[in-house]
Amino acid sequence: MKAIVIALALAFGLAACEKTQTAPSARKPDSKQWEAAQNAFVAPGWKSGDEASWEAQLRKRASRQNEYASARARE
Amino acid sequence: MARMKFICDSERCIECNGCVTACKAEHDIPWGVNRRRVVTLNDGEPGEKSISVACMHCSDAPCMAVCPVDCFYRTDEGVVLHDKDVCIGCGYCSYACPFGAPQFPSTGTFGMRGKMDKCTFCAGGPETNGSQAEFEKYGRNRLSEGKLPACAEMCSTKALLGGDGDVVADIFRTRVLSRGKGSEVWGWGTAYGKPTTGTPPKTEEKATKS
Repeated sequence: MKAIVIALALAFGLAACEKTQTAPSARKPDSKQWEAAQNAFVAPGWKSGDEASWEAQLRKRASRQNEYASARARE
Repeated sequence: MARMKFICDSERCIECNGCVTACKAEHDIPWGVNRRRVVTLNDGEPGEKSISVACMHCSDAPCMAVCPVDCFYRTDEGVVLHDKDVCIGCGYCSYACPFGAPQFPSTGTFGMRGKMDKCTFCAGGPETNGSQAEFEKYGRNRLSEGKLPACAEMCSTKALLGGDGDVVADIFRTRVLSRGKGSEVWGWGTAYGKPTTGTPPKTEEKATKS
């Protein structure tokens, strides 16, 4: 009985000593968003591979959500 | 560097579910999976409020922290994405997410839970931008088409704003100042941290404590 208790205690104790797992992640690298999709739906006004022009394009598009600005522009 | 964020303005959301429909249609989402949904508080009572909820692409995403196979990653623009070839469908991310964003298709063998699916901010996944493989696994990659998420662009009342955090925060600030109410942004603090998070205590507090 004593041996079983010691064996169980050792098993639980050693379970906490597991070596830290350092295996690299298996996930694939992703391409950058400013590399334009190879399809017919790419919006005009920016250049594929040019991060600055892509950011400017998205900022311009996001600004369109502000109808206060568009209403003022129409006045 | 742009930092992509969502804001949902509860003063404007009319619970039309246009965002939900736009998302479903854009990405060909299977039946039973809802990357985005509209939640209404005090439904049917005067003063009810609705908000559109999906993955908020948190600054310190809890799903990333708990994933046992490390399938999540964050893009340079702050969009939280995952690799479905690595995901094992364990569901830990679902328990960790404060927004209930992770979804699991239940069309597998014996009704088993499939690989996790969630909002990608219309940024696809780790496949070639705009490829068929990317579309089948993650849906359309609108960001690489120079567009913003379909849900935000389709919102008829512009309650749901999506895009660079600085731009959408400016738009929201303008609205709040114009209407003089409704400055609460539900989920913003949970997803992106409160303005006070990480700031050191004031000198008076330091002096009192020491």
